[in-house]
Amino acid sequence: MAALEMRQPEEQSKKSTPVEMTAGQAFVECLKAEGVEVIFGYPGGAVLPIYDVLYSADIRHLLVRHEQGGAFAAEGYARATGKPGVVLATSGPGATNLVTPIADAYMDSIPLVCFTGNVATTAIGTDAFQEADITGITLPITKHNFLVRNAQDLPRVIREAFHIATTGRPGPVLVDLPRDVSTTKIKFEYPEQPDLPGYKPTYKGHIRQILEAAKLIAGSKRPVLYVGGGVIASGAHEEVRRLAEKANLPTTMTLMGLGAFPGDHPLSLGMLGMHGTVYANWAVNECDLLIACGARFDDRVTGDLKRFAPHAKVIHIDIDPAEIGKNRPADVPIVGDVKAVLQVLIEKVREKREDAWLAQIDEWKREYPLTYYPQEGVIMPQAVIEAIYEVTNGEAICAADVGQHQMWLAQYYKFRHPRSHISSGGLGAMGFGFPAAIGAAVGRPDRQVWAVTGDGGFQMNAQELATVKTYDIPVKIAIINNSYLGMVRQWQQLFYQGHYSHSDLHDNPDFVKLAEAYDVPALRVTKPEELLPALRKAADHPGPFLLDIHVAEEENVFPMIPSGQSVAEMVGLKGRLES
Amino acid sequence: MKHTLSVTVQNKPGVLSRVAGLFSRRGYNIESIAVGETENPELARMVIVVDGEKCNIESIIKNLHKLIDVLKVQDLTHESMVERELVLIKVKADATTRTEILQIVQIFRANVVDVGEHSLVIELTGDEGKVRAMLNLLQPFGIIELVRTGVIAMARGNRASTTGVRSSRIA
Repeated sequence: MAALEMRQPEEQSKKSTPVEMTAGQAFVECLKAEGVEVIFGYPGGAVLPIYDVLYSADIRHLLVRHEQGGAFAAEGYARATGKPGVVLATSGPGATNLVTPIADAYMDSIPLVCFTGNVATTAIGTDAFQEADITGITLPITKHNFLVRNAQDLPRVIREAFHIATTGRPGPVLVDLPRDVSTTKIKFEYPEQPDLPGYKPTYKGHIRQILEAAKLIAGSKRPVLYVGGGVIASGAHEEVRRLAEKANLPTTMTLMGLGAFPGDHPLSLGMLGMHGTVYANWAVNECDLLIACGARFDDRVTGDLKRFAPHAKVIHIDIDPAEIGKNRPADVPIVGDVKAVLQVLIEKVREKREDAWLAQIDEWKREYPLTYYPQEGVIMPQAVIEAIYEVTNGEAICAADVGQHQMWLAQYYKFRHPRSHISSGGLGAMGFGFPAAIGAAVGRPDRQVWAVTGDGGFQMNAQELATVKTYDIPVKIAIINNSYLGMVRQWQQLFYQGHYSHSDLHDNPDFVKLAEAYDVPALRVTKPEELLPALRKAADHPGPFLLDIHVAEEENVFPMIPSGQSVAEMVGLKGRLES
Repeated sequence: MKHTLSVTVQNKPGVLSRVAGLFSRRGYNIESIAVGETENPELARMVIVVDGEKCNIESIIKNLHKLIDVLKVQDLTHESMVERELVLIKVKADATTRTEILQIVQIFRANVVDVGEHSLVIELTGDEGKVRAMLNLLQPFGIIELVRTGVIAMARGNRASTTGVRSSRIA
């Protein structure tokens, strides 16, 4: 979807002559040469030689409590900083525990470099203890992976792994290191350039196509700019704003694109799609030109493809040619890095302003704002997000888990900056939010980081409370606790005759006691008047803090376009089901 | 229509499973695939035949290009090319039918490579049309077993399709 800057290894490693060391030692030298600040990891038999090197190496390693938590943390780090996240796990179960985060990073195009141990090369294929074919398992969910059979190849493999993960459309890369490889002596020299003849991402857009796009924009009466995660990966948020302002383009964001355009900007339509705003979905439905930037026409955005943006011509800018035309044919396809393409497009686009269109959208905005109905004496989940927004001045990094609270965060926290909204978009992996917040806080110590999570999802990686305690990582955990798997319950209510089949979590543990067991301070919040003081207390506390916020149990996320349908079937336009 | 893709890849372990995995994951159906080393032992060629009616050929080619080990993809379908497949056909044959079958073998310039009491094994090389024609003629005699290599193909002319294609240094 978009490009990151090509990174060069440090000058010193370029000039050095080969030094003899073990591949395990070379592993650490390679990471240092790549500028890696932190490894999230968990030891085990097959990586003991590497952990022995880490015992005295000057590189930061954070011990997580589950490999899945570690890889989600590495993802959170990558999403918050734009730098590749690095995770280290042992063979077999350690490696397979990485699978969900790898799939998550693949879906959301996040640069993640995973290192796994494996059994010795002589034992590979024998079903040895803790052996798993992790390169085979991760084949369809990595951008590329490597099994290092020859120790001398390791520096080059690592160079290429980082290059592949961070350039072009970013993504996860896995490097599998057999135990005996790590202990083999090699002549270490870090290669200056990767050697990848089969890998040449296109950064520069075709000028003729860009001129064509400028012409379409000039001729359109009802344009909409549709912005996805590729804009954040590319660092093109400034260009998006300049383009939107120059041509007065109403701008909507995907879940992954939140923060790529200021949520409080007059041209912002907020999020589109299944739980997008009424005005974003209506604008897309009525538009005569849709300008897609680093977005992939995901089914949660389009619903029924045949009825999505039915009157629109499509300009599609993406670094991955395979995304263009995959779901929706493009009238003007532009393969290239969004930032590079927009820089040219901004020059070529004429200033314009379609007053009638903007007035129509403003009318929709006035008539159908995001809304909910407070209940006496009960905390509304949407109000929690609004309160977090208030307490943090809209400047926090918020990592969501998956479910209703994720949608409310996306709707009610008007993210102004890129890399501030961290969410498992494509995979929708519960258990993501809390560890991702840990990684974000490690990568961005200058920013306050909130984990906005649910009572279901938090329990999928609650063990990482030990990690925040050990390293005093100041993550603020807000559990939006409705004692249900809320999104499952909502679908069961709307589409399964109210059969709340196995979605009831009223036997939740006492989250405050759970936090106390880990020596993390915590508060339970049950009354509306307690909410703001509790959030302030958590925000002002120097270290990690957990809030168990009990909210209205059966509140639903609206508006909603039911799965596979279109804007005509949107329900809850005014925040609840029309009777 | 059928598309014949010539895919030049790094000749190293796991590449076939990456390519085959891509086809199954994206729901593309492979009609045939033939793999072998090229004139440069660091490169291998896969000739893949897919049904363009059932899947989007453009999307297949774009996704093949995304594999790091894929160096070049050519759609030979609309090019001038030579296309061949080797098939072994075990057909029922007895004293009354053998002569007739041998005539067919001769017409198609095929070879008999094994003679049994009640069967013949015929080796045939040709493009898809020729293979289909011969199979149609042999069908009435009773085909016991059929083994096909899958199509291999090459563009006509002086150039190698690997011209300018370089492998990486890692084995």
